[in-house]
Amino acid sequence: MAITFKKRGVLPGFSLTLGFSILYLSLIVLIPLSATFFKAGSLGWGGFWEVISHPRVIASYQLTFGASLAGAAINAVFGLLVAWVLVRYDFFGKRVVDALVDLPFALPTAVAGIALATLYSSKGWVGHLLAPYGIKIAYTPLGVVVALTFIGLPFVVRTVQPVLEDFETELEEAAASLGATRWQTFSKVIFPALAPALLTGFTLAFARAVGEYGSVIFIAGNIPMVSEITPLLIITKLEQYDYAGATALAVSMLLVSFVLLLAINALQRRAHLRKA
Amino acid sequence: MSTAVATAPRAFNPARGEPSWVRWTLILIALAFLLGFLFLPLAVVFGQGFSKGWTVFWDALTEENALLAARLTLITALIAVPLNLVFGLAAAWSIAKFEFPGKSLLITLIDLPFSVSPVVAGLIYVLMFGAQGWFGPWLQEHDIKLIFAVPGIVLATIFVTFPFIARELIPLMQAQGTEEEEAALVLGASGWQTFWHVTLPNIRWGLLYGVILCNARAMGEFGAVSVVSGHIRGMTNTLPLHVEILYNEYNAAAAFAVASLLACLALVTLAAKTFLEWHLKQDAADLEPPA
Repeated sequence: MAITFKKRGVLPGFSLTLGFSILYLSLIVLIPLSATFFKAGSLGWGGFWEVISHPRVIASYQLTFGASLAGAAINAVFGLLVAWVLVRYDFFGKRVVDALVDLPFALPTAVAGIALATLYSSKGWVGHLLAPYGIKIAYTPLGVVVALTFIGLPFVVRTVQPVLEDFETELEEAAASLGATRWQTFSKVIFPALAPALLTGFTLAFARAVGEYGSVIFIAGNIPMVSEITPLLIITKLEQYDYAGATALAVSMLLVSFVLLLAINALQRRAHLRKA
Repeated sequence: MSTAVATAPRAFNPARGEPSWVRWTLILIALAFLLGFLFLPLAVVFGQGFSKGWTVFWDALTEENALLAARLTLITALIAVPLNLVFGLAAAWSIAKFEFPGKSLLITLIDLPFSVSPVVAGLIYVLMFGAQGWFGPWLQEHDIKLIFAVPGIVLATIFVTFPFIARELIPLMQAQGTEEEEAALVLGASGWQTFWHVTLPNIRWGLLYGVILCNARAMGEFGAVSVVSGHIRGMTNTLPLHVEILYNEYNAAAAFAVASLLACLALVTLAAKTFLEWHLKQDAADLEPPA
């Protein structure tokens, strides 16, 4: 056998397209990101730690991550329900509902923010129903959870839907013919098949919620130590010209982002292998 | 007790599904959830926008600062989307049609903006081009303003939106493979001819889909633009920033009027998305071998 050089492929344009892509990525993403890490590095470990261990910062972390977790969990439960209802059942207006599920993707976050803040304030259409019971949603951490649930809604639905659509109903029928009740069939046959997609959707919703700004700042109270999310704290520090502090916070959020990104990639790759 | 094929008619077939009341309960719960988290927020935008009547609504939209904000939003999208389109095509071409080491790293990098907070996205450009940034002194010397000016807004928007088109095209072009392009080459087409006449028609629905999503995000971006913009009314305010200003001034009706415009954009995006998804499904079905 003759020795050949490894060919990338026979089509032309490899160096041009790859070169351009890498150049674009470097200019837009890599260089600015490294500027951020360098700036944070100039703080030194001690300085960095001092910034992120401040009580106000820790309170913001607790709110940001806690509310994101809660929102993603709510979406995991109700998103699964919505996906199930959309795939398995028929009802009037189903296609409109199906299209609207993507609204949080398409709607500008500021619009969502003011709409949710108005809707859930004590005078809003939903807020005034709950006010007599003493439940305040807007301007409390609960409002943050509501906003983050809105923002993550499509993620779970859209990752579970295709899996449910492709699900082989023969397995359900086999289970039923073997004597399983409907609930047993769901919990032991259908749900385990959906679990990986559910987990992926949950993680996607969580990752999106952690960094969310526009939909949250109107409905959150933005009171330090109580209802202040981390992205807002970054902006506050910027406005006070505390660039070092803002950078340290940004780097801490970037590190979380990277971890989440790797987790999502791993989950999606697992789901792919399972499909094949 | 046997639940296998029964000869007497049953209330429901366990193999087929849940009893009717379970179905309807589930449907109602799902719709109630969507009501509170989807339908009502959308309705509030238009409801509040028109709460003071059509005149106030129209005035809010045609007021000078609103028009300038709309202009800036359009300009930003008109620059960011085509640039991201070129990037998306280039990246998808290199990733889908060739093999090279580091491909998955490249794909991960392309996904990066999705997991980065928009505020952080704006911040990294302030750190690069702001007065204290790496290039700050150089820019000031040459009297170039990037941050707190339009170019910064465009840059931040590009960062936040560039994955959309690439992510849509990469799996699409990977699924389509290289056979058709190779056939074109064998028949004597040049690279550009191959791309223009073979690849592009195959990916047109995915391309449009990515462009629609990219555009929706570019016009609606708030957090990243908020950080780099400086909020100078009439000059560095996009439509979402304008909505924020109006809302914070307790001018709710005007804020929601402008928000209604953006919500209409979102609804048009959703409609286009649904239409294009249908076409994409058709194309994918055509690619699969007959059952």
